[in-house]
Amino acid sequence: MKTTDATDRGGDVRLSGISKTYGSFTAVHPLDLTVPQGSFFALLGASGCGKTTTLRMIAGLEEPSTGTVHLGDQDVTALPPYKRPVNTVFQSYALFPHLDIFENVAFGLRRRGIKSVKKQVEEMLDLVQLGEQARKKPHQLSGGQQQRVAVARALINHPKVLLLDEPLGALDLKLRRQMQLELKRIQTEVGITFVHVTHDQEEAMTMADTVAVMNGGRVEQLGAPADLYENPRTTFVANFLGTSNLIEAEVDSTSGDDIVVKAAGDKLVLPAERCSAATTTGGKVLVGVRPEKIGLTHADEAGTVPEGRNRITGKIANTSFIGVSTQYVVDCAACPGFEVYVQNIDRDPRLVPGADVVLHWNPAHTFGLDAAQDIDAGVAEEEAA
Amino acid sequence: MTFVNWLKRNLVVIAGLLTLAYLLLPNVIVTVFSFNKPNGRFNYEWQQFSTDAWKDPCGVADMCGSLSLSLQIAFWATLGATALGTAIAFALVRYRFRARGAVNSLIFLPMAMPEVVMAASLLTLFLNMGAELGFWTVLIAHIMFCLSFVVTAVKARVMSMDPRLEQAAQDLYAGPFQTFVRVTLPIAAPGIAAGALLAFALSFDDFIITNFNAGSTVTFPMFVWGSAQRGTPVQINVIGTAMFVVAVLFVLASMVIGNRRNRRKA
Repeated sequence: MKTTDATDRGGDVRLSGISKTYGSFTAVHPLDLTVPQGSFFALLGASGCGKTTTLRMIAGLEEPSTGTVHLGDQDVTALPPYKRPVNTVFQSYALFPHLDIFENVAFGLRRRGIKSVKKQVEEMLDLVQLGEQARKKPHQLSGGQQQRVAVARALINHPKVLLLDEPLGALDLKLRRQMQLELKRIQTEVGITFVHVTHDQEEAMTMADTVAVMNGGRVEQLGAPADLYENPRTTFVANFLGTSNLIEAEVDSTSGDDIVVKAAGDKLVLPAERCSAATTTGGKVLVGVRPEKIGLTHADEAGTVPEGRNRITGKIANTSFIGVSTQYVVDCAACPGFEVYVQNIDRDPRLVPGADVVLHWNPAHTFGLDAAQDIDAGVAEEEAA
Repeated sequence: MTFVNWLKRNLVVIAGLLTLAYLLLPNVIVTVFSFNKPNGRFNYEWQQFSTDAWKDPCGVADMCGSLSLSLQIAFWATLGATALGTAIAFALVRYRFRARGAVNSLIFLPMAMPEVVMAASLLTLFLNMGAELGFWTVLIAHIMFCLSFVVTAVKARVMSMDPRLEQAAQDLYAGPFQTFVRVTLPIAAPGIAAGALLAFALSFDDFIITNFNAGSTVTFPMFVWGSAQRGTPVQINVIGTAMFVVAVLFVLASMVIGNRRNRRKA
């Protein structure tokens, strides 16, 4: 199935200074982006962030206002979509309703003048496990099956790049999980570059090797999923990918590789290398920590918390039992609505709303952000999506 | 009491059957009287069964000539109105241009205007242009009033079409022409077919506009009207029945084909 070997760079996508404006509205600000051959790349962002426009410019369905699109060494900026070696899996699939599944999948081959398509189409339908359905019409298939037809219809052309525009958006949660694994399997099998647009941060993190988080027509941050999650550089990324507790603090002093900050009387330690903001003594900084990194101890046993951990005190405002974990919302002086996820290994029955608690975590899990940003950026967007 | 209950349960069926009878009774009368052997020139009273008219449908002078003329005009008017109307419908749905709103409402004017007014004004127009009345003036008039019906039928279909289907076709190496032939046209086809059938029916049986603009040319509806003054040959019923049967056969054939296709797919 592998159509390209490791030395072929034909599947690289290079966007240079690409932008798109509609009248006075800028959908995509000038953007440089390189997607390496064979990678699974996700463009992640809330609706209206410019991710679909970027994808459509790669496909040729949208003409960039400035900049160029390169596939490998070829400049395809001026090529119409039907001359680009790129195929798209559309949102809600756009299967041809008047053609059966076989003809839908054969469409691209036939347009390129290939006469004997039967063997290829049957192989492709087997790859997506739809061999039995070849003579059905699209509306006779379930959502998940239609989705697989859309993938087969694009992949059979051996494109250099496969573009996926919210391909799982119309499926229910369970099927979505299944298709995520399925798509990842297919990508590994065929070795084609996948560019995947989604607003679902879990989907992006599960499937992609590299994720570009987009906001307001710009790429906020680009990196491997774990890197983005552990080291967000903006409040948008910190809030959009998972949940972050952000505390407004003031730089107290620096000692060696650590920065000591003060937040409402509590002293917290933050590794200097994990702080993306400039730090001067007395300056403001946002200190962040993920909810699952935090330990929760009842105030009566505050003495048992090991030395050297960041600690703040608060009162439990709310708890919700999720099964594998319990989510607590703790009100602290430094940060109202602090979120803490604790695995349900040994549940302390005293941790109920109203209880005084100590929150503590390893200082290495702390990150620092520029305080000049909107502390809630990315929170509302995620809820809306 | 049981009768009332029975009535309640079957009201919808009864109403449906009565409506069907109301719609079909005239056709039944036409068919029955095509087998009549009238006394005198008028075919309005049942006398006795006969197949004379069926054996000699063109036995009335000039009737089959006018029939063939009507069929020709209906064919060309359908072709012209369908081609133009489809193009207009696509333009109105897919493109934003100046005067789009105006065109959108003006296109319905021929539908809304009283036919006799349109007929008179068309005649005035043709006379002022010095056009010779006949086949061509009738054809132009028919295309004109069929156009709005075709546009309405096709527009409804095009509006419900997902523009992403055409983008998908382009993405799959179909150029603009291939995209139109392979995707756009087949998907719009039911709307276009409905528009064309409507145009054919309207053109074939139009009397008022045709009568004003035909000059000395005589179409089938004009022939029927003209002969009704002097006597109604049974052959008119024969032609009417034949048209009805052909139409019904068309519908049945399309249903059978549709069913068979669905069954094969399932």
